[in-house]
Amino acid sequence: MTQENSQRLGIVVSGSLNKGVEVRLDSSASVEDMAVGRYVTIEGQKQRFFGMITDVSLGVIDQKLTLTPPDVSDSFTTEVLAGTSTYGMLHVSPYLTIAGDVTSLIEGPQPVKTVPSHFSTANLASDQDIELVFGKEDKERFWIGNPLDMETKVCLNLQEFVKRSNGIFGKSGTGKTFLTRILLIGLLQKSQAVNLIFDMHNEYGWAGTREGGAPVKALKQLFPSNVAVFTLDEENSRRRGVSTDFVVRIGYDEIEPEDIVLLRQTLNLTELAVEAVHQLFRKFGKNWLQSTLALKDTEELPEGLNIHESTLNNLQRGLATIRRLPFIETHAPTNTVGSILNHLDRGINVVLEFGRYRDITSYILVANMLTRRIYAQYQERVEKAMGENTIKPRPLVITIEEAHKFLNPQVANQTIFGTIAREMRKYNVTLLVIDQRPSGIDDEVMSQIGTKITCLLDNERDIDSVLAGTSDKGELKSVLAKLASKQQALIFGHAVPMPMVIRTREYGSPESYRDFISRGEAEINKQAEKDIEELWE
Amino acid sequence: MEESMQMQRVGEVIEASTTEFVAQCYELYQSPPLGSLVKTRDLLVELYGIVYNTTTTSLEPGRRPIARGKDEASEEEIYRSSPQLLELLRSESSALVVGHNQGDKLHHYLPPKPARIHGFVYLCPSEEVKEFSQSFNFLTILINTHLPVSQDELIAACLRQMSQAYEDRYAFLVAAGKELAVLLGGEFNQLKAILERIRQ
Repeated sequence: MTQENSQRLGIVVSGSLNKGVEVRLDSSASVEDMAVGRYVTIEGQKQRFFGMITDVSLGVIDQKLTLTPPDVSDSFTTEVLAGTSTYGMLHVSPYLTIAGDVTSLIEGPQPVKTVPSHFSTANLASDQDIELVFGKEDKERFWIGNPLDMETKVCLNLQEFVKRSNGIFGKSGTGKTFLTRILLIGLLQKSQAVNLIFDMHNEYGWAGTREGGAPVKALKQLFPSNVAVFTLDEENSRRRGVSTDFVVRIGYDEIEPEDIVLLRQTLNLTELAVEAVHQLFRKFGKNWLQSTLALKDTEELPEGLNIHESTLNNLQRGLATIRRLPFIETHAPTNTVGSILNHLDRGINVVLEFGRYRDITSYILVANMLTRRIYAQYQERVEKAMGENTIKPRPLVITIEEAHKFLNPQVANQTIFGTIAREMRKYNVTLLVIDQRPSGIDDEVMSQIGTKITCLLDNERDIDSVLAGTSDKGELKSVLAKLASKQQALIFGHAVPMPMVIRTREYGSPESYRDFISRGEAEINKQAEKDIEELWE
Repeated sequence: MEESMQMQRVGEVIEASTTEFVAQCYELYQSPPLGSLVKTRDLLVELYGIVYNTTTTSLEPGRRPIARGKDEASEEEIYRSSPQLLELLRSESSALVVGHNQGDKLHHYLPPKPARIHGFVYLCPSEEVKEFSQSFNFLTILINTHLPVSQDELIAACLRQMSQAYEDRYAFLVAAGKELAVLLGGEFNQLKAILERIRQ
């Protein structure tokens, strides 16, 4: 069963299923060549195990060695002691069995239910092993990166991925945006889903920024026919040379009380002011916002409304902030929601750029408003499709940044994003949340996130929050905390058979663009050929 | 025997037990070096021993040699003026049995029977040393025996001797060192003492 090209590391000396196994390194394997996050295969007597290194430690056979260390300048003594009196230990968490019993031969890798026997050999996983576990790049699987120190491609099954809401986390500057961009390209090529991206920092539509380098191409430049750029700030987009497809304008009459609820913290509204919004909406109807702003004092309140003066002042101050937003007009000239849905129906992905309006008020207001309406439409269509037994609308993935603003424990129950995250895929809408403070996201929402992709995090609370609910939190924690600050990520959850650490695929060089585009086209051609074949069968 | 002809004959067994044999050297002072691998034969069984001690004493136990060089110019002169000395003194080497060869199979443990008196004792040539030291099991015997000489000294001397049979002496000594490190797991000071004596 031993693979020819795999490198022997050592033997299993102890362990348990819960805590993982200890592998004692051979003297030929240097502890300095090991790294947490690397994949290891263990040749048991009956099964082959696949796991990941989660800790590396040093051991001595005799405690005297630590008290009276040998002369390290003498290479002979050092060489003799290495691997015998002094040795390296690896802590390996086995996740899968990849061969041996009938089930794993037929159905592929299976979750582990036992540990390898004493003194089983541990090897570094070979390219074939990794391919066996994570699959080859194909119609459903997308090459997202490589394992650490290896050139094998690690693939993510995007068909599975979009079935749940997913999250991308990481400190600022760890490559979340690049990773998201790569993932969006994958979704665009390999899944049936369409994307709606609320692009707060104008990174995904036309071009993205790169630290200390020229801008990189974004979705619209690479896939002009599959992506439409909507903008809130036409002037800014034009200045950046972006060819936009639609200018978003929002009418006063489109803003509903639910939109204000979400903005309570941002606009600094009191609980009572939010209550008052509902009353005012009932009274004034669609034009409530304008009517409320027009009120001079509580004297002018219509009959039956009981709002305290200070509450009204507080509310008016908040609403005035909204009114000052440049993209808000009395009546919107165009139907934004209709247009977005129209594009999505045709399979065109929509990126909504915020231009200069990057303040959180605009972002929350627009993202929440549009999503609520789009979700309502989707809900209606899915229910109709179910009732009439027709085709459901395309799965929709909504990408939001600064997710903790929408999904924090105070508002998660009230916002549409909380609902989508919890109800998951019932209505074919899922979220892709991008955030740098996962601890700010409601626990309930966090627990519903299917696949989590996380770059380096170093805040204890953030790490705990991301890893909450995983069975081997302690091990993954040490892996997560040791990720490089750039281009490395830990992926775990629904879409992957076991947690994996990857070096993200390259993005930004001409070759990388060619790679992305050509793969897409090859895929399409293959599909076309297949369709033709099927036609003649 | 042709094989034996090529080997250097160093003496003859004059005392034997299960764990060791003593050989009297044919020439005074021409004893095999400390730690060297020697062998003797008991019918079909070849016994391997490691020289752990060599003594040069008077032929008769009760007669101690006396100092003779007061009027001689050099040490050699003493022997030249009293040639009978070479006959009155004798060198004996004791070897610890560390293995045997029976039916063309090498075993690194004690043979069923001790060596025979008057069995010829040969110094093993390089190839045989190499073959014997393919396994370090004999080290266990060296470690576990109480001898008049220090164990550390004997083990170090033995490994130094054996390493001469190898082109890559360093690699051999490292491998042997690693074996010792395992066997002397809890005795780091002893290990250190041996390593200091075998490093080049």
